[in-house]
Amino acid sequence: MPQYLISVWHDDTFEVDFTTPDAQRLAAQVGAFNEALMEAGAWVFAAGLHPAASATVVRSSGGDVSMTDGPYAETKEQMGGFWMIEAVDLDAALEWAGRAAVACEGPVEVRPAQG
Amino acid sequence: MTDPLDEVFRHEVGRCTATLIRVLGDIDLAEDAVAEAFAIAAELWPRTGIPPNPGGWITTTARNRAIDRLRRESTRSEWHLAAHRLHIENMDPDHNPELDRLDDFVDIVADDQLRLMFLCAHPALAADAQVALILRLLGGLETGEIAKAFVVSETTMAQRIVRAKRKLHDNHASYRIPGAAELPDRLSAVLAAIYLIYTEGHTATSGRTLTRTDLSTEAIGLGRTLVELMPDEPEAIGLLALMLLTESRRPTRIAADGTMVRLADQDRTRWDRDLISECHDLVRTCLRRSQPGPFQIQAAIAAVHADAPTAVATDWSQIVALYDQLYVLRPNPVVALNRSVAIAELHGPAGGLAALAEIDPASLENYHPYHAASADLLARAGLHQEAVAAYERAIELTTNPVERDFLVRQRAVLERRVIPEVR
Repeated sequence: MPQYLISVWHDDTFEVDFTTPDAQRLAAQVGAFNEALMEAGAWVFAAGLHPAASATVVRSSGGDVSMTDGPYAETKEQMGGFWMIEAVDLDAALEWAGRAAVACEGPVEVRPAQG
Repeated sequence: MTDPLDEVFRHEVGRCTATLIRVLGDIDLAEDAVAEAFAIAAELWPRTGIPPNPGGWITTTARNRAIDRLRRESTRSEWHLAAHRLHIENMDPDHNPELDRLDDFVDIVADDQLRLMFLCAHPALAADAQVALILRLLGGLETGEIAKAFVVSETTMAQRIVRAKRKLHDNHASYRIPGAAELPDRLSAVLAAIYLIYTEGHTATSGRTLTRTDLSTEAIGLGRTLVELMPDEPEAIGLLALMLLTESRRPTRIAADGTMVRLADQDRTRWDRDLISECHDLVRTCLRRSQPGPFQIQAAIAAVHADAPTAVATDWSQIVALYDQLYVLRPNPVVALNRSVAIAELHGPAGGLAALAEIDPASLENYHPYHAASADLLARAGLHQEAVAAYERAIELTTNPVERDFLVRQRAVLERRVIPEVR
């Protein structure tokens, strides 16, 4: 069955304070969405990510590996987390994505995996 | 251009392509196979005559050629891969991609055209890509023709089409008719795409003449097909009625010297009464269903105009009421603008300007009809200098030369009045 990446995008200055009622509401919504994915057999894996400031870029050039601080793309909007799901087709994936956007109260991007 | 083969092509190409996509599970394979079948027909038919069921002939020939080629060029596993490129919903009986079983299922199914409409107007595609795919696959237009109609280079249009097909393929888009829950949204995307083709043909963004008959005709043909396929969808009927009513006025929109004529100044005796009476039947069918939607309401507005023997005799209170209803369904600034213009006819320019003042000007800043309508209302209210400024902004933003000439003339008339005021 085709697999799709559903990624969550937000302003990277967004700081999660899990004690706030907003964050607790979001966590509950996302938790319920995860359960729905698992129940339907659509879940592959998922993760929330630390802020992009925690990222390190690693490159190779002629066999030498070097690393630099920071996210690869220095953009204001960064990926904050993702789901890998299985869906029968694009429409089914988009329906899950709609539920993901509602659960995390922000835009999500859907991309099909190769193969 | 009354070549009988040409006529068959126009009538059958979309239906044949739609069926071949289902049979072969791949858009490109289907397009190539249909093109090959038409090439064979072009050689054969002048000698043998056109067969009684030309669409069936083309579809069968295309299917046979495609399968021959796949058998020659591919191993069986590659064929299986190709068959899975577009996800085909389980449909009895041809969901089975086994080559030999395909031979039995080549009937043109009306549903195939619907599947193709929903695929082309998939909301995951940008509007310009939806329109290009519809014209290419359902209309059978050459990429070059579509590029010309939308005033982009052939390379740009070819890339747009390739990218759209690739997106559908990479995303495992299904070739199916949406279920009841998704149907309203998906249908409104199909309707919007067809209407976009119509409006592009009606007021081409640029180019020498205001109307571009081929695109409008294409859109009306698609609208008719959609109504045949979904006779119970009042919005599909509403869209067709709206396009036909607009079409009925086409011959009077342009004067003999090539300049644009406003609705109020058009020669109503030359409006196409046959089209108008067809639309009245369509509008009545909609009313019986009593599920009003945006296209039905816009068609009703166009029907009120069509009924008025003169511009002055137009039932403006009816039109304002319909715009009120439309605004409830589509509360956007463009509807509010059209409503303001109708209010000005009902209550005078001051009333129209008051309604216009309720719209956030930033939302329509780059929309030339907003500035053109403001200019007209300001001029009628005697605010000539403000009107000239609004005309200037409208002229700046208008890309259609015929429409721009019209605005330039309106501004010139006003300026002749402004100068004595300044003195």
